[in-house]
Amino acid sequence: MAPVHRVLSYGDRALLVEWAEVEVLPAHVAEAVLAGCGDRCAVAVPGARTVLVVASPGTTPADLVPLLDRAWSEVVEGAGASAAVTDDLPVEVRVVYDGEDLAAVAEHCGLTPDEVVAAHTGTSWTVGFAGFAPGFPYLVGGDPRLRVPRRSDPRPRVPAGSVALADDLSGIYPSATPGGWQLIGRTEAVLWDVDRDPPALLPPGTVVRFVAEGPA
Amino acid sequence: MSSPRGFEVAEVTGATLVQDLGRPGWSAVGLGRSGAADRAAHALANRLLGNAEDAATLEVVGQLVLEGVGAITWVVVTGGRGPVLLDGQLVGDHAPVAVPPGAHLEVGPATQGLRRYVGVRGGVAVAPVLGSRSRDVLAEVGPPPPRRGDLLPVGAAPATPLRVDQATPQTVADSPLRVVAGPRADWVHDVHALVGTAWTVGEQSNRVGVRLRSAGGSPPPGLARVDPGRELPSEGLWRGAVQVPPSGEPVVFLADHPVTGGYPVVGVVVDADVDRVAQLRPGDPLRLRWA
Repeated sequence: MAPVHRVLSYGDRALLVEWAEVEVLPAHVAEAVLAGCGDRCAVAVPGARTVLVVASPGTTPADLVPLLDRAWSEVVEGAGASAAVTDDLPVEVRVVYDGEDLAAVAEHCGLTPDEVVAAHTGTSWTVGFAGFAPGFPYLVGGDPRLRVPRRSDPRPRVPAGSVALADDLSGIYPSATPGGWQLIGRTEAVLWDVDRDPPALLPPGTVVRFVAEGPA
Repeated sequence: MSSPRGFEVAEVTGATLVQDLGRPGWSAVGLGRSGAADRAAHALANRLLGNAEDAATLEVVGQLVLEGVGAITWVVVTGGRGPVLLDGQLVGDHAPVAVPPGAHLEVGPATQGLRRYVGVRGGVAVAPVLGSRSRDVLAEVGPPPPRRGDLLPVGAAPATPLRVDQATPQTVADSPLRVVAGPRADWVHDVHALVGTAWTVGEQSNRVGVRLRSAGGSPPPGLARVDPGRELPSEGLWRGAVQVPPSGEPVVFLADHPVTGGYPVVGVVVDADVDRVAQLRPGDPLRLRWA
């Protein structure tokens, strides 16, 4: 099936571009949108299967539609190429796999806890988009066996550095916040620091490799 | 090295935050724009003082008393209406007033609207964070909320002269706010419930968003999800987005909204009307109408 996209209305300043039937990195779509719309687009916010596009002052969302269609075509044509040629080394994130939900995740996936760790560290992940909290990376493209629902009772406080799974994504909590993802481990890595340049350790597009570390 | 010029915070109750036009450009790493919740009131304060529009102001909910330090500084209060006193004398809002060193400027709680903006000629010159002096209360990024005893420095006065004695205050309109159907309007049974419901502003409202409660009690059945089991992959949010969480009670997002969210956005308030949402007080009635 051909890659499809559609443009949904989002008020008088913005549009939502949504796609299906194609694996593209949301961050790449957002970049293409910003490049293709020039100064007529103020902001492009990548989501899981969408990019929210905000028009600059003096531009209406309708003005952006043809530009978005063109940007989309370029992304789809370039999708295979850009996925293949990333020569950046993956960022290693060291994790102690002692998360409170590790056993439950293993049971849900039909694996042992050790097999969950092997699966999580066995392939690289890519930051598809960020959100929820500053510096929170939504990691895509991991081992397909690691697919778990969110917890039905979100925790009021998830510690900073918690490494977690939800749906087919992995994430790392940059700061202590409420959270509903399944916790499988923790890292000492600092995901977000406004006094660092750049503040986000894992911006969209970054390739990440998790490395298991024994409990200290 | 000249002596400091600015204001000392003599008293603060409620929440006072430094705000400017926000920090665009960080949404890709999960940080929203933030900025003044009522952009028009912030812009008016700067215009009245001859400031650039991105000069930082103080966004006041509650009461703030400032003591002049170092030199005479022009100040103006816009946004929500209420008392403004200089050394105990009523001086009024929407009119620039000169505050000498040692004098006390008292900005009382708003009696109409919610958020008052204290503009200072030259702008509040606290250190910017990631290019902006706005405090984002969700991300906890930006200058910390001023506390009693803090010195708020003021920037160099602009070359633009003061030209205006007084501005006409924005009237607090009670006409319905304009809204358009959002990208996920078809995720609820009947999106017309947005405009057909008499809403009340909930207590939990803040700079992140204003919570709407049905004045009639239970949430309108029209805003129940068509398929409660269906999960929405996280997608971008924007100021004015009307999101319906599982409770069925909508949230209208304001300046410090999350960058992405996983509940359907079923409506979006027209941009020009979002500032009015920022002036609503808990318990205020609210109606929406299709734009």
